[in-house]
Amino acid sequence: MNSTLAILAVLDGISYAALVFLVSVGLSLIFGVLRVVNVAHGSLYAFGAYLAATFSIKVAPLSPWLTYPALLAASIVIGVVCGGFIERVLLRPLYGRDDVLQLLITFAAFMIMDNLQRLIWGVQPIFAAEPLKLLPNVTVFGVNYTSYQVILLPAVAVATLFGLRYFLRRTLAGAVIMAVTEDREASTSIGIDARRVYFVTFIIGASLAALGGALASPTTSLVPGMGADMIVLSFAVAATAGLGQIEGAALTALMIGLTRAFVIYLQPEFEVLVPYLLMVLVLLVRPYGLFGATQMRKI
Amino acid sequence: MSEKDLMTRRIKPITTAAVIFFLVSAVAPLFVASWATLFALILAKGIVVLGIVLLLQAGQVSFGHAMFFAIGAYTSAFWGKYVGGGDILLYLVLGGISSTVFGLIVGLFVVRYREIFFGMLNLAFSMVLWSLLEKMFPYTNGADGIRVARPGLLGFVFTPETFQYVILYVSLLIAAAAFYGVQRYLESPLGHMLRAIKSNETRLEYLGMSARRVLLIGYVISAFLGGIGGTLVAIIQQIATPEFGFWTKSGEFVFIAILGGGAHAFGAFAGAAMFECVRFYAAAHLADSWQLILGVVLIVIILYAPNGLIGLRQRYRQSGKGGR
Repeated sequence: MNSTLAILAVLDGISYAALVFLVSVGLSLIFGVLRVVNVAHGSLYAFGAYLAATFSIKVAPLSPWLTYPALLAASIVIGVVCGGFIERVLLRPLYGRDDVLQLLITFAAFMIMDNLQRLIWGVQPIFAAEPLKLLPNVTVFGVNYTSYQVILLPAVAVATLFGLRYFLRRTLAGAVIMAVTEDREASTSIGIDARRVYFVTFIIGASLAALGGALASPTTSLVPGMGADMIVLSFAVAATAGLGQIEGAALTALMIGLTRAFVIYLQPEFEVLVPYLLMVLVLLVRPYGLFGATQMRKI
Repeated sequence: MSEKDLMTRRIKPITTAAVIFFLVSAVAPLFVASWATLFALILAKGIVVLGIVLLLQAGQVSFGHAMFFAIGAYTSAFWGKYVGGGDILLYLVLGGISSTVFGLIVGLFVVRYREIFFGMLNLAFSMVLWSLLEKMFPYTNGADGIRVARPGLLGFVFTPETFQYVILYVSLLIAAAAFYGVQRYLESPLGHMLRAIKSNETRLEYLGMSARRVLLIGYVISAFLGGIGGTLVAIIQQIATPEFGFWTKSGEFVFIAILGGGAHAFGAFAGAAMFECVRFYAAAHLADSWQLILGVVLIVIILYAPNGLIGLRQRYRQSGKGGR
């Protein structure tokens, strides 16, 4: 492998990691607060991507620059409407009930959304590369790459990481969320409305998944099944990092993104295997993830 | 009323329902030919879900059980591809052995964990298997899968029309045996220990048992059931594809278990019957939206009948008595 190829792999890995991070941090956040693995997370990603593509195809004739707000609008619409619906209507009646039921109802949401996606947007691949073409290419150590992928995507990911950190550690709303995560009963007893916290957290998490999808839409063709692939991948990242770990998710996404990119150039057939193999190895040694805190066994 | 009386009272009507179900699946397809494959699939999937129900007794949900399903299916596929000439019985024995061996190996790792971590690790293992099946193109034909040629049975060769009944009755025999076996297992001391993992694992260990070993035995049995079910489905559908081991398949099995009701072994077959029937008829009439319909059914069941189809019957009986 020569140096150009190595740089190309690093750039591929970084842009891929940025997208995966956005999706998996949403999943991790939802799990951290609600203790629910949201199986429909990949579908939110796919819906975000498809709606963003629809929006940007609609607004591109007016002005290509409008496609950027279109991406953002699509992810917020999906996050609030779909995310809000899943939490309010499906999950809310199940709090305090068996964990399996909570997991399974998001699986039902996944099945329905997967089907709706095919009914609404069809099975033909959709392309909407307008935002990607708009930004100039950049040259990094002699390698030509789109600045959308090597600058914009990582910038959004880093901004999300620090934004979330600031929000959770420095603001009152964030402190309330952290309090519910730490001890739901105690926080309820001091007057925090845990249900509202769940609702808001789920919408934030869902919007992040949709944002990941919206930002991915210019870089890839949208096909059925993209949601099913993304949920396991983002789950692998979140679980390897330790569910609920935000900074950990960023590092793990980078690790998996880079490893995957190098594997693609060296042994392409093992590309899909990498994240899952890493997940098995890490979970076998550290079941709470690389950055997760060990929990006491309850008697 | 003693505990024992309550138990027998609860189990007996369900066992009657199970017997009726097995009889119906033996007789009904004789009148409607297209039902032969449908019922064979129901029974085969029911066997896999029986394994999920078994683990549910211990309070554990495997979100990766499709791996054993795929291992069973691919064992026959590989045999047909590399050795050639198969027999239903041989396929079942091989599928049973390979899934048991894998179940033991994977089980040794996963039984150390509980709840979400148990589910996660199972998922991780199954996704590793899935990506190997998908990407090892020279050996597995990738996403296209491997065709499984119609095998004979004890040297007899059948026409397709006869064969669908042969495989139906083979599935029926195995399903009935598996149902009886699991029922007996759950009533045995070992089965009660498995249930104790759900209620209070630490107390189980204070009694001097090894919770891990108890769970490992349950896990290996459930892997075996998954492998047998996978072998049957591969023979029925005459193909094994990586999709057999994808996470959505695992989710489907858990879905069926909850649909039927995880509290009793018959829930596996009740759930499989409902699932496959909805899919069979929805796919025929509303080809584009069978998944949507199943999703809605699942939501309704979870929200309004969390104990599954079996629970419905019990709730009906209780409300008839003025509730309890």
